[in-house]
Amino acid sequence: MNAGTLKQILLLTDGCSNKGEDPAIVASLANQQGITVNVIGILDDDQTEQPEGLQEVEDIAVSGGGVSQIVYSERLSQTVQMVTRQAMTQTLQGFVNKELRSILGKDQSMEELDPEKRGEIMEVVEDLGETSDLEVVVLVDSSASMRDKLETVKEALFDLSMSLNARVGKNRFCIYRFPGRRSDIELVLDWSPRLDGISRVFPKLTSGGITPTGPALRAAMYQFSKKQLRRNSDEEPFDIEETGY
Amino acid sequence: MKNHSTLKKPAINLHAQQKVTGKWHYKSYTVVRKIGQGAIGSVYLCMYNGRPVALKMSEQDAAVTVEVNVLKALKKVQGYRLGPSLLDVDDWTAPNGRVYSFYVMEYMEGQKLGAFIQARGKKWLGVLMVQLLEDLDQLHQAGWTFGDLKTDNILVESNPPRIRLVDVGGTTRMGRSIKEYTEFFDRGYWSLGTRKAEPSYDLFAVAMVFLHIYYPRRFERTTGEPSEKLLEKKLYRAKDLQLLHPILRKALRGKYHTATEMKMDVMDKIKQVQRRRSQYRKKVQQKKTYPVKESLSISLVASVFWIISLLLP
Repeated sequence: MNAGTLKQILLLTDGCSNKGEDPAIVASLANQQGITVNVIGILDDDQTEQPEGLQEVEDIAVSGGGVSQIVYSERLSQTVQMVTRQAMTQTLQGFVNKELRSILGKDQSMEELDPEKRGEIMEVVEDLGETSDLEVVVLVDSSASMRDKLETVKEALFDLSMSLNARVGKNRFCIYRFPGRRSDIELVLDWSPRLDGISRVFPKLTSGGITPTGPALRAAMYQFSKKQLRRNSDEEPFDIEETGY
Repeated sequence: MKNHSTLKKPAINLHAQQKVTGKWHYKSYTVVRKIGQGAIGSVYLCMYNGRPVALKMSEQDAAVTVEVNVLKALKKVQGYRLGPSLLDVDDWTAPNGRVYSFYVMEYMEGQKLGAFIQARGKKWLGVLMVQLLEDLDQLHQAGWTFGDLKTDNILVESNPPRIRLVDVGGTTRMGRSIKEYTEFFDRGYWSLGTRKAEPSYDLFAVAMVFLHIYYPRRFERTTGEPSEKLLEKKLYRAKDLQLLHPILRKALRGKYHTATEMKMDVMDKIKQVQRRRSQYRKKVQQKKTYPVKESLSISLVASVFWIISLLLP
């Protein structure tokens, strides 16, 4: 069973954007093109309160149709994989809801069904989550304040690829950092099914103080091969009927 | 309500005496207290018709539904109680206007595995491990991997002591990717295997569960040292586990393909120990006859000396 390909951008950051367009607007643009934007805000170990800048984290994820989470770096590995999975389920549920509405009428969604029927539908969603292919563009904030966290980020990404590669469906990852030396984003690791190779490239990243999250997101969006991008948000990336639902 | 799926649903916290009434089945539960919190929602002890039940609620509807599916599937494994039995599934409209999914299961009373061993001693290690492996074997044969096996998810009911697995949040169909795990018990974290759902994934966790009893504060992987060596060292230092060392080591290395294989090894060990113990007991009993002989011969020798001393002028 081929369930099509899910596309995600995973943004890892520890602060607020301070240059270029509003990242939330770019995220909603990406979402319209069938890309889900997930955001993880990383706290310093000694930060006890959530700094104001991290409100942006939730805003970006909400307009990007994805999931957000703010965590201390020690919890990063588990969070990264949980967020990615949750977003996959959420996206698939979105497709199923759309189907339901077209069959049962405008007001129908999974939440409005009784628990019994919801359970049956959830099994289909789970099946899809396990078997569909996944493409993730990882976007790592490499501004100066991230320096101490990069080792943890590396471990978390390695861990993510291990989790996802236990799935039946195929995975492809690529990693970009922002800001790049000359452009908004800079390639760290090109599309690859595993993230084994990241140990070598990772510790080298750090750069100046600016955080152009918006422009970086826009650039990340274009890393999904252009012909696959959907112009029209009403098109489904895969045909649900074909998958047995 | 319109933006149901787009706005993030806030986490929910129930307080004591709060009433939760289902939207579909109209059953009403009164909260007593919170008894657990996991990656997905919290579990509360509640009263329903004067009877204690456990209620799990979460802001993640999908995750709740998935767990309910697992519980329903386990129910079908006949004649065997795997996990808590499911009593009700419903939705609740919270005071904040949002709808939260919840399910209700039997309330299981018991001690945590670690506390039980602390209180009743290491002689229970083997027996409980056999029980745990038996349950896992049933689960595996039904086509499931428990997944998030950890000390917190294992209860020991008393009279007679019986292992019960709680929280099926990580329970995953064989051959898929593990849904939920806890780093310390996850072989992926230790780079000693994949996160594919298969029996050996659970068996690794079994070994870690027993190690955890002796390292209640857990420990972390270190960058310099291969995990296999580290775990071996930790295993070696837990003296109470000495008898089970070869079995635990084999499980950590992923050498067991089924829970039954591991169970057989544990049972052999238990028998060996019992045999050795009974032999020892026999020896002790034999020894018990010695003191009589000893005292007799001593008194004999003493009396001979006494007689000689009497004869002496």
